[in-house]
Amino acid sequence: MTISRRKFVAAGAALTGSMLLPRVVMAADTIKLGSVLDTSGIFDAYGKPMDMAMRLAVDQINADGGLLGKQVEVVSYDTQSDMALYSQYAQQLTRQDKVDVVHGGILSASREAIRQTMHKTKTLYFYNVLYEGGVCDRNIFINGVTPAQQVEALVPYAMGKSGKKVYILAADYNYGHITAKWIQKFVADNGGETVGVDFFPLDVADFGSTIAKIQTVGPDLVIAPLVGGAHLSFFRQWAAAGMKDKIALASTTLGVGNEHKVLTAEEGNGIMVAYNYSQELDTPANNAFKKSWADANGGDQSMHEIAVSNYQGVLTWAEGVRKAGSLDRDAVIEALETGVSIDGPAGKITVDPKTHHAVLDVHLMEFQDQGMRVVETLPQRQPIDTQAVCDLQANPNDNKQYEIEI
Amino acid sequence: MDLSFVILVEIFYAVASLALISAGLAVVFGMMKVINLAHGEFMMMGGYATITAVQLGVNVFVAMLIIAPLIVGLIGLVVERLVIRHLYGRLVDTMLATWGLSLFFIGMATMIFGNTTTSITTPITGFAVGDYQINGYNFFIFFVSAVLLISMYVLLKTTRLGLIARGTMQRSDIAAALGYSPDRIYMATFFCGSALSGLAGAVLAPLVGLVPTSGGAYIAKAFITVIAGGPSLIVGLISSSSLFGVVNQIFTFGISPVFGDVALLIAAVILLRLLPQGVTGKFFKGKM
Amino acid sequence: MSRSWGRQDAATIVAAIVLIWLMPLLISTYTLTVLVIYGMLALSLGLIWGFGGILCFGQAAFFGLGAYTYAIAAINVGESTLPMILAVFVPALFAALLGAMMFYGRLTDVYLGVITLVVTLILFKFVNSSAGPQYVIGEARLGGFNGIPGFHTLNIPGQPDEYIWGDALYYVCAVALLAVYFLVTWLLRSSFGRIAIGIRENETRVSLMGYDVRARKTILFAIGAAIAGLAGALFANWGEIVTPGLFSLGQSAEIIIWCIVGGLGTRLGPIIGAAGLAYLKFLLGQQSLIDNTLIMGIILVLFVLFLPKGIVPAVASLWKASFGRRSGRKSARRRHMRRVDSANG
Repeated sequence: MTISRRKFVAAGAALTGSMLLPRVVMAADTIKLGSVLDTSGIFDAYGKPMDMAMRLAVDQINADGGLLGKQVEVVSYDTQSDMALYSQYAQQLTRQDKVDVVHGGILSASREAIRQTMHKTKTLYFYNVLYEGGVCDRNIFINGVTPAQQVEALVPYAMGKSGKKVYILAADYNYGHITAKWIQKFVADNGGETVGVDFFPLDVADFGSTIAKIQTVGPDLVIAPLVGGAHLSFFRQWAAAGMKDKIALASTTLGVGNEHKVLTAEEGNGIMVAYNYSQELDTPANNAFKKSWADANGGDQSMHEIAVSNYQGVLTWAEGVRKAGSLDRDAVIEALETGVSIDGPAGKITVDPKTHHAVLDVHLMEFQDQGMRVVETLPQRQPIDTQAVCDLQANPNDNKQYEIEI
Repeated sequence: MDLSFVILVEIFYAVASLALISAGLAVVFGMMKVINLAHGEFMMMGGYATITAVQLGVNVFVAMLIIAPLIVGLIGLVVERLVIRHLYGRLVDTMLATWGLSLFFIGMATMIFGNTTTSITTPITGFAVGDYQINGYNFFIFFVSAVLLISMYVLLKTTRLGLIARGTMQRSDIAAALGYSPDRIYMATFFCGSALSGLAGAVLAPLVGLVPTSGGAYIAKAFITVIAGGPSLIVGLISSSSLFGVVNQIFTFGISPVFGDVALLIAAVILLRLLPQGVTGKFFKGKM
Repeated sequence: MSRSWGRQDAATIVAAIVLIWLMPLLISTYTLTVLVIYGMLALSLGLIWGFGGILCFGQAAFFGLGAYTYAIAAINVGESTLPMILAVFVPALFAALLGAMMFYGRLTDVYLGVITLVVTLILFKFVNSSAGPQYVIGEARLGGFNGIPGFHTLNIPGQPDEYIWGDALYYVCAVALLAVYFLVTWLLRSSFGRIAIGIRENETRVSLMGYDVRARKTILFAIGAAIAGLAGALFANWGEIVTPGLFSLGQSAEIIIWCIVGGLGTRLGPIIGAAGLAYLKFLLGQQSLIDNTLIMGIILVLFVLFLPKGIVPAVASLWKASFGRRSGRKSARRRHMRRVDSANG
């Protein structure tokens, strides 16, 4: 007892000692890139590849001689899937580390938790994730796919392959509600009918009764913007009940975290999706990207939609800095607003000056043998949803997330 | 007609799965008055044991029904010897220690398996009832759960081992005075309880998929079911899981899955307010 | 012991002021603020559990309720004074109702734990599934999983445009913690507090002496909830966003862990446990060698096994053993936690 107590005291003392150490003074001739991502906890399936992608992009920039003659240094924090830690690390990055730019945030809640801190401290912020759209803030750049870019393409394609009666199963939060509205709009625009909408909190994992309920309505197509590990059970239970060959399935989220590799081929085959990136994109840019990823991470191939978004976000920022010839926030924003574009693994990405969102390629895909087979590429789609409510050229002081009325 | 059959199947499935996920916790709590808050993580490990075994080429039923319970039982044995043994008779301390263990196991599983959802295909295919497709696996869960409860009953009622176990349950001091070492009985009980948790996790794994934090979804439900069941092990388990399962499914079909869960929780609050010692604290007294 | 109270109080105030003044030199005030808030939250559970013997598995419910009350009221009022007051009273009222239901139903130990746990789960599930546009209170959307961002934060009473934030917020929180600490001290010294401890030690005896045990437990429970609600409101001001995670079981678990590690039955223990562990978590986020959940789990298990009384009592007894005079009153300070443990009838 005494021994263990002494050990505790010793361990405690050692710990306190390390806490009190002064922060190592960083050399001033590097550019600091801050990153906040969930690399542990329940969202790490998204966060870990995003972290790898960010480091890969920075390594490549540094290997090419850095930016403005300086090396880029990564200051990263693991938010452990805890929203309170986002606020803390955002303060740490902006006030203590005084980074030049922050890339990060995964869930919309985490973005909203840190966006105002970035705005107040005038720290340039990149949010590189597929999301529900509507954020209008001159300090933030977003290159993820928004519902209109994706749903507008997916709905007619999926309805064409199945029929006019659509049932929607959406995650019960901001993203799900907004996406469900867009789906309803495009279903109506294409002459179809939405026969049912159900929302599920992120921890629901048992869809038995829902599957029975869907059958009583008898739709031709089920569109499922479901999110996270628990919701993945829907696709499995759907297949287990033998529904797969009876009613067609489409999703706006499945595959973003490489879920198609978790489902077996029998469970996944034929599910229709639309994203910016697919590992199966057979382009020189993507093949080179996959190779350098594998070289950097010991053969790993875990890149997915939002990891690639994060990679492209870092490249876009680097391009903005090069163009501005300076690290000054306003100079970089102005440079980016000229409509900077880069060629990433998923094709050409252009900054939309009006909304600070991205103009990008959307690929219609179908799951096939645990891959995403590209069916059709729709080039350079505008973020029309956010454009409808946000014009940063006209109102540069705007600072809110609009809920787009449809 | 077809629809009412489908709903009936879903209700039976809900009751069976509640009983299944609570069985391990009930055994440990009923026998030892230890609330194992790592119960959910034991289930999670049962799931991972199954998936790993299947990936290594073992038959899925062997993996679920034999390998997973054994492995988790052994883990439980180690946990009992290292941690729980020192805390008998200290209810709150055991809860906290097992809470710590649950965090530990979540961390371990994350380091080994990562946070990506993993799963195996459901081994039983669906079939049609009239116009409806039904998940055939539901029947398997119902079957496992029924066999489990019946064999527990037979074991406790007819065997000498069961007699000793029941004796310890009621008066552990007298059992000790008669020469049965409570230490060994507790050890065996914890092994059985863990194995049951492992079995439950294994059987549910093909249906819902696994992440290291999966256990969290079960612990609250299992905890509530066991406490609401009250002192009698099997009757308590059956009565409370029937009650909650039915309430849950009625509201799930009537309104939505969220209301189903909330209705279950509200039913638990009302039940415990009316019957503070659980269902079997008032009814079926003296039964098992 | 009562003879030295006055001197001890003065010493506590001086020590606290020195600490409040010195800590910002070591840790950034932004992080310190949340450590102070967590300390207050832990103190709320430390009061009802450590001194009242009520093990509440759902202290996070009151924390979350305080934060949400503040956020919703602040959006509707556009000023922070009334929302702060509401954030204390709403959780207290809720706890009084819940407590009355439980204590007048003579629920004890495990059953109490289950009910508080279930109520927390219900709140969590409700708030978590309130993303739809129909969930509106006044002008405030509940927002579901994403929570409520962008509400009016703390301002100088009467002057809605004079925001208290950054360093100032830290000092406000620290002073609030000090005030709550002395409130708890005063409460425990009053006859109410001594009877509460009596209830913890032997409920039957106290009720035989003619005290209404149920009413007293309910009031203590409500006071604990009020403190947790205040902590929640301050947290909302610190984070500038409230999310359903505040109601989660994980949050409840953490509060219990803080109390255990710091030391139950002391006032200082929970505060130190909370601040220490939360800072540890913050530091751990800067490494990625070992999974952080794993470390927290090991810490909890080791504490329960080897240091079940917690840091503060252990350090105090170590201090006494090495330097202090042997005093006959030592036994009076001992914690009688084991009473709570006997669940079997």
